[in-house]
Amino acid sequence: MTRKISRRGVLKGTGAVALTVYASPIRAAAPPAEAVTPALIEAAKKEGKVVWYTSVDLPLAERVAKSFEAKYPGIAARVERTGAERVFTRIAQEYGSNIRAVDVVNSSDAAHLIVWKRNGWLLPYVPEDVAKHYPAEHKDADGTFASFRIFLCPMGYNTNLVKAEDAPKSFADILDPKWAGKIVKAHPSYSGTILTATFQVSRDIGWSFFEKLSQQKIMQLQSASDPPKKLALGERAIMADGIEYGMFQIKERGQPVEIIYPSEGTPLIVGPNAVFKNAPNPNAARLLQSYMFSPECQQLIVDIGGMRSAHALTKEKAGRTPLSKIKLMKDDAAAVERESDNIKKRYTQIFKI
Amino acid sequence: MTIAVSDPPARMTHGFDYTKLVLYGFALVLCVLIVLPMSWLVYYAFVDKDGAFTLRNFATLVNDPTLLDPLITTFTLAFSTSLICCVVAAPMGWLVARTDMPLRRTVRLLVTASFVTPPFLGAIAWELLAAPNSGLINKVYRIVTGADADSHLFNIYSFPGLIFVVTCYTFPYVFVLVANALERTPSELEDASSILGASTWETARRVTVPLVLPAILAGALVAFLQAMTLFGSPAILALPAGFHTMTTKIWSLFQYPPKPELAAAASLPLLILTVILLRAEHTILGRRSYAVLGGKNSDPRLIRLGWLRWVALAMCFIVLLNPVFLPYAALFNATFSKVASQFISFSNFTVHNIHFVLFELSATKLALYNTFVLGIATATIGTVIAVVISYLTTREAVTGHKALGFLATAPVAIPGIVLGVGLFLSYTRPPFVLYGTLWILLLAFLTLAMPAAYQQMQSAFKAIHPELEDASRILGATRLKALRQITAPLLRTSVIATWCFVFVGTIRELSAAVMLFTSETKVISVLIFDLNESGDLAAISVLGLIMLVVTSGIVALANRLRLGGGSVRLRDN
Repeated sequence: MTRKISRRGVLKGTGAVALTVYASPIRAAAPPAEAVTPALIEAAKKEGKVVWYTSVDLPLAERVAKSFEAKYPGIAARVERTGAERVFTRIAQEYGSNIRAVDVVNSSDAAHLIVWKRNGWLLPYVPEDVAKHYPAEHKDADGTFASFRIFLCPMGYNTNLVKAEDAPKSFADILDPKWAGKIVKAHPSYSGTILTATFQVSRDIGWSFFEKLSQQKIMQLQSASDPPKKLALGERAIMADGIEYGMFQIKERGQPVEIIYPSEGTPLIVGPNAVFKNAPNPNAARLLQSYMFSPECQQLIVDIGGMRSAHALTKEKAGRTPLSKIKLMKDDAAAVERESDNIKKRYTQIFKI
Repeated sequence: MTIAVSDPPARMTHGFDYTKLVLYGFALVLCVLIVLPMSWLVYYAFVDKDGAFTLRNFATLVNDPTLLDPLITTFTLAFSTSLICCVVAAPMGWLVARTDMPLRRTVRLLVTASFVTPPFLGAIAWELLAAPNSGLINKVYRIVTGADADSHLFNIYSFPGLIFVVTCYTFPYVFVLVANALERTPSELEDASSILGASTWETARRVTVPLVLPAILAGALVAFLQAMTLFGSPAILALPAGFHTMTTKIWSLFQYPPKPELAAAASLPLLILTVILLRAEHTILGRRSYAVLGGKNSDPRLIRLGWLRWVALAMCFIVLLNPVFLPYAALFNATFSKVASQFISFSNFTVHNIHFVLFELSATKLALYNTFVLGIATATIGTVIAVVISYLTTREAVTGHKALGFLATAPVAIPGIVLGVGLFLSYTRPPFVLYGTLWILLLAFLTLAMPAAYQQMQSAFKAIHPELEDASRILGATRLKALRQITAPLLRTSVIATWCFVFVGTIRELSAAVMLFTSETKVISVLIFDLNESGDLAAISVLGLIMLVVTSGIVALANRLRLGGGSVRLRDN
């Protein structure tokens, strides 16, 4: 019972947050929902392959691809994984040179979807599950994209190096000089997660936080999936930002990491999925998109991946803090889209990298 | 049934020289390879967004501290690397070439091993070894000394750390130059000095050192050049430490929103400096010819070191720990360990990483395929071009052959990342849209490989006296028949060796590839670089070891076939 309520709270929480993202002047412009038909499967098998551009941490992304291949034998799913900002650059460069290589895309920077949609690159396509089981806040009104994954960008620490009672509780805490040289973080020019988080933290706490953090001799990584790994290796004691789902995976493998949900609020990341209009494998792309929003795949990214899902039929995994118990920062993809270049520039000026 | 094609009579007459066509054809190919990308580079550097002439890009370059700092960092890096390389490699070269130190051949072989290790792979291996907290060496240090959890012996994510790693994979250049120069130095000159009453030290000071000084200076310049244009190691080590070098900065200027005009402007100083340094090297090495005065040379006299030879050997092995033994051990460890930074144990042993790379990582297959296709294509086409051009230049078969030779050597002056920028600017726009195909990578790799391939083949042709061909022709063979029956068999091993070295140089190329790849045209080096950014060190180790096995196999093959004393200059990236 409590579980159910907390799930609802989750969706409400993220829903309110995500509303601004997908708000669009034209309502109900989405095409009718499409089921997976034998004809679609047949056509997809003829194409035989599909390419998914994503910033999901590599082993999980490959896991999703392999589960798709297992369900639909004969269609090879290739994962093109790099940081979300690189994915964005890559697609811009490829489309600029008339190269149509991407079938399905997933980005941890929801602002990218706004740009691609504005460019007219996305296919309006609504899988049945999205129509039936996803709240309105988690799908585009025009049916071009929906939230494949939801996760947080918390802080963390290595439990071998830091005692629980000494661990920082807030963003402000890690500015203490005692943590100098012990902090690891990722870069907003590479990672969509970090770009989104940097936007939310700078909006709610202020850029002064980053100016002070830059004095802490941080270890600067690129991908948001790297800090949890460096934390687990014991390379640094404190993680200033990184993916929550990576932390869940590592922690549940028995490695010495613990998540910190900062008292100021934790940045919320929404990662939508979309099919490209000019996908080289249009049928396999539709099939993959439908599969990714199925309860099967969504439960997989929750259970094994440590993600959170907007699908009404998925269940949260026991032992993880439910979203409703966490103070969240407000997601605002439209603002990120406006501010993106500025954030990267300012960050580079402050951290000199 | 005969086909009615009129026989071209030109072969018989002197009206038209077909070799001219060949000359112009190859000159055109080389021009497209080199001149086109460099012209676009210069064009972009001097225009603004609307295509009007401007110097603002350079003003931005000088006034923006985030662009100026990397320039200073790069110079410091290159200078320090060059200095340390000379201090370490010159004595080693002397020990191997002129003393009775045991295991001299093994030492040479191990230097070759560090030579062929891609520097970016070495940098990643050193992350595993000397990351301040999780690095294996620092772990051992803490266990041995009982130091507290925060202390470390060595922090690879630092400027000295970067200098160290770059030096590890640059010193072979100095070593090879010095060792070869010493081996060529006739001992008669030293004997004469001794006979005239000079002591060993005086002979060394007044005869031997002046004779190898040009080689050391040239080595210093080459090391400077390598360190300055290196991309992989700084990208892996400098970014976590919080600073840029010129190459990583140029690369970051291509991230969204891309600033190609600034990247082009930032590339030009690198290009100009490389040209100046290469001129300097040429001038210095040009003087070396006096070292071979003295007619027929005997083998160099070996200096007896006595018990010191064991000390010398130990020192060589201590030096070689850094580029070869330790990194390879770290990669091996990470391949079979559940956690990359933990030592293999019974509880920790796994083959999952190998399984992941070979069967789960969907990018592996395509990257391996692309890498080998490009490696084979570049090696084959590159060798063919090198053979033809070398023939034309050494036999002075056509007028204008000098220009051809110059064009073939010119890419030496183009750093990989600069060529990458130039090719990107040239081939993402009409009339030649090659971006997104393997062709653009082939062009890049061919251009980068051309100087080494040409120098190799040219020295091979020079070694075959034309009188052998002349004899054949006097006995009635045509030019082509003489080539086929006399020259080709004599050249076979050189051709295979050149092919091998171009292949090895191609599959390890990163700096141009990282600018030019798309998702469909990813190669292994770029895949490794991608994996490093998301921290998948175990997968890198597996891919790295695969690459090292292939490379060593090919190098071993080339060495069996005789190689010009390691005189081929592999590019670092």
